[in-house]
Amino acid sequence: MDKAIVLVSSLGLIGFIYWFFLGKREKTSEISTDIKITVSGGYSPESITIPVGKPVKITLIRTDPTDCLEEFVIPDLKIKKTLPLNTPVTIAVTVTSPGRYGFHCGMNMYHGQIIAR
Amino acid sequence: MHCASCAATISKVLRRTPGVSSANVNYATEKAQIKFDSTQITLEKISQIISSLGYSTTPEDKDRQINILFMKFIISAVFASLALWGSLPAISSTAPALLQSLYFQLVLATLVQFWVAWDFYRSTWNSLKHRAANMDTLIVLGTTVAYIYSAAVTFGLVRGEPYFDTGMTIIALIILGKWLEARAKGKTSEAIKKLIQLQPKTARVIRNGQEVDLPISEVQVGDQIRLRPGEKVPVDGKVVSGETSIDESMVTGESIPVYKHTGDLVIGGTINTSGAIILSATKVGSATMLAQIIKLVEQAQASRAPIQKLADVISGYFVPAVLMIAVATFAGWYISTGYLPAMLNAIAVLIIACPCALGLATPTALVVGTGLAAQKGILIKDAENLEIAYKVSHVVFDKTGTLTEGKPVVTDIVPSNQVTNNDLLRLAASLDANSEHPLASAIVAAGAKTALKSLPVTGFKNLAGRGVEGTISKIKYTLGTPSLFPSVPSDVARLEKQGKTVVVLAIGKKILGVIAIADTLRPTATDAISQLTRQKIGTSLITGDNPTTAAAIAKIAGITRFFAQVRPQDKAAAIKQLQSEGQIVAMVGDGINDAPALSAANIGIAMASGTDVAIEAAGITLVNKDLHSIPLALRLSRSTLRTIKTNLFWAFIYNVILIPAAAMGLLSPILAAGAMAFSSVSVVGNSLLLKRTRLS
Repeated sequence: MDKAIVLVSSLGLIGFIYWFFLGKREKTSEISTDIKITVSGGYSPESITIPVGKPVKITLIRTDPTDCLEEFVIPDLKIKKTLPLNTPVTIAVTVTSPGRYGFHCGMNMYHGQIIAR
Repeated sequence: MHCASCAATISKVLRRTPGVSSANVNYATEKAQIKFDSTQITLEKISQIISSLGYSTTPEDKDRQINILFMKFIISAVFASLALWGSLPAISSTAPALLQSLYFQLVLATLVQFWVAWDFYRSTWNSLKHRAANMDTLIVLGTTVAYIYSAAVTFGLVRGEPYFDTGMTIIALIILGKWLEARAKGKTSEAIKKLIQLQPKTARVIRNGQEVDLPISEVQVGDQIRLRPGEKVPVDGKVVSGETSIDESMVTGESIPVYKHTGDLVIGGTINTSGAIILSATKVGSATMLAQIIKLVEQAQASRAPIQKLADVISGYFVPAVLMIAVATFAGWYISTGYLPAMLNAIAVLIIACPCALGLATPTALVVGTGLAAQKGILIKDAENLEIAYKVSHVVFDKTGTLTEGKPVVTDIVPSNQVTNNDLLRLAASLDANSEHPLASAIVAAGAKTALKSLPVTGFKNLAGRGVEGTISKIKYTLGTPSLFPSVPSDVARLEKQGKTVVVLAIGKKILGVIAIADTLRPTATDAISQLTRQKIGTSLITGDNPTTAAAIAKIAGITRFFAQVRPQDKAAAIKQLQSEGQIVAMVGDGINDAPALSAANIGIAMASGTDVAIEAAGITLVNKDLHSIPLALRLSRSTLRTIKTNLFWAFIYNVILIPAAAMGLLSPILAAGAMAFSSVSVVGNSLLLKRTRLS
């Protein structure tokens, strides 16, 4: 009996893990040229929308001491910044073609994206 | 601070603050030295001013963090050893009664779990709020399960053996791994830090006849700057008076000091070794060569390597997948064996998984490789170009100014028996005085050296790139390419076979003599090409010269193949021909005239001219004129990519083999923690090994 309970709960737990971590709905945001991202256990917001061809200011503030989050990378835009704790860091970008530009932490464990429209 | 200009801004603002007599902010060390009058201003006020600029005066101290990690490792290692002594059956009988007490072990474990490992909990909680997970999540889950189970055993809620020693050992090993990794990671970016430190802080500017020391941010283009021996060149500039030797090794990688006199360009960040000079600033701030180099290297280090694609995809699913495998492991073992192996094996799965190694595999090698290259004056644009450079099978050299010095000089004067050497040269120089052709300048320069006066020329006529005509003392002379004349002396063929360009001076059909002009090969050319040959990379020469001259130069340089009489606009076609033969082609040229050919090649290698290094068409820019940089750049690219591949291979294999091994019960949690702790360290360490690449 206990084996059946363990089996069923394990299957349920696996389903929950899938839903919790991988079943996130993408939140859409309005186009903006002045964006603030809080870096703590990930990026808030995780998805930002920017206009194509216009200069955009992205300000990041890291409030989480986890070392993984210390570096911020947007590989397709060749941007890498070190984020000192509790200190705003501003990045100026101008994206020339529409699309999705992923960003992540130095060890590629926390992810987010820039949608250029 | 995120760039050197931040440091400059803070220094500037502080210096203008009443009460502050001097302020120097060092970007690399992140430290500020401020002298101030405490009766006029307080430290708090200074701190507020810095904060108002958007910077923090109490930044996290990297060294302090590393020291805290070490201290935490020692504490957890000591506590874990005590618990092991008190609980391992073989030795526990020798331990004091206190250590054998489960309650005492519970106290030790609680301290390790909730004080030493507290950062893991905080990080996990922060991540879960975003429905994300990281390595810390796995460690927290694994060790918390062990801790709760052991506590339950201690209080008699469950029957079995406690695992306090296991939990503490896991945490001690993981923290040891983090400590080693933090130390090694700092070393990967040493090269760029050194470049940033090269940036001078002040310049001695002559304004209104007075010499004033100004912060570098206030120097403007056109400012006259005095430079004494031993001082650092503050900005890019042109020498306006004096002569000296400048050590440019730190920027260009060129080891021998370069002689500079009036009119020569000097590079900011280099060291004036001997004479006193005055220079006029030509580039300041972000336009200087050093600032451009730093920007290019930083961009390259942030770029994405195509080889990393799979690792990128996996990293998005890694932690959730491991969590699911751990749950499945628990269920499988529970059903087949019982709850104890189920728990231990699930913990081993959680602990062994190492997403960090995958994430660190490419960036650490890229940072070390591109940094090392930059120190040698080689700027690799991005990871993508690094991957192409790794595959290059054929290098095409543009001749003039790339393989050669780009300054043609007269090498042979062969008069007929009717004239002397000097007569021949004097006549030719006089005729060419009106021509703008580069070969003509070589003859005029040679004539000037003889100190013979130029003769007046009348009826000058340019023969459309083939030569010139003119009358001197009522005699009409023709000076031009051998093809202008029906028959020429045998010297012409002899000299052309030596790779020289030959011009003939004649009165009508009567030949007075021939003059040979050659653009000398760079001293490093033959050795660089033989290095490429040894690296099994083919070489070609591309030139506008006739086939005889081209063949001769190719032979002297040791190049196997040549493309002669190629007009600048047709160079790209020659590159395409090589590509159609299956070659991966690197084109070496200057960034201006050769831009189309550089773009047509799989990778363009540009030799920077002046102080401009941001060359759009080039995948690799060489800051110095040393042709050895080309085989070196290709060797470094190969080593870097090999390191990336090894790192990725081990990071993949490690997870692919050890996660199933842990799930199958082949690894104890402590063994898993040991392997996990050293997986990231080994990746970073392997990247640091790149520094030992043989560069010569």
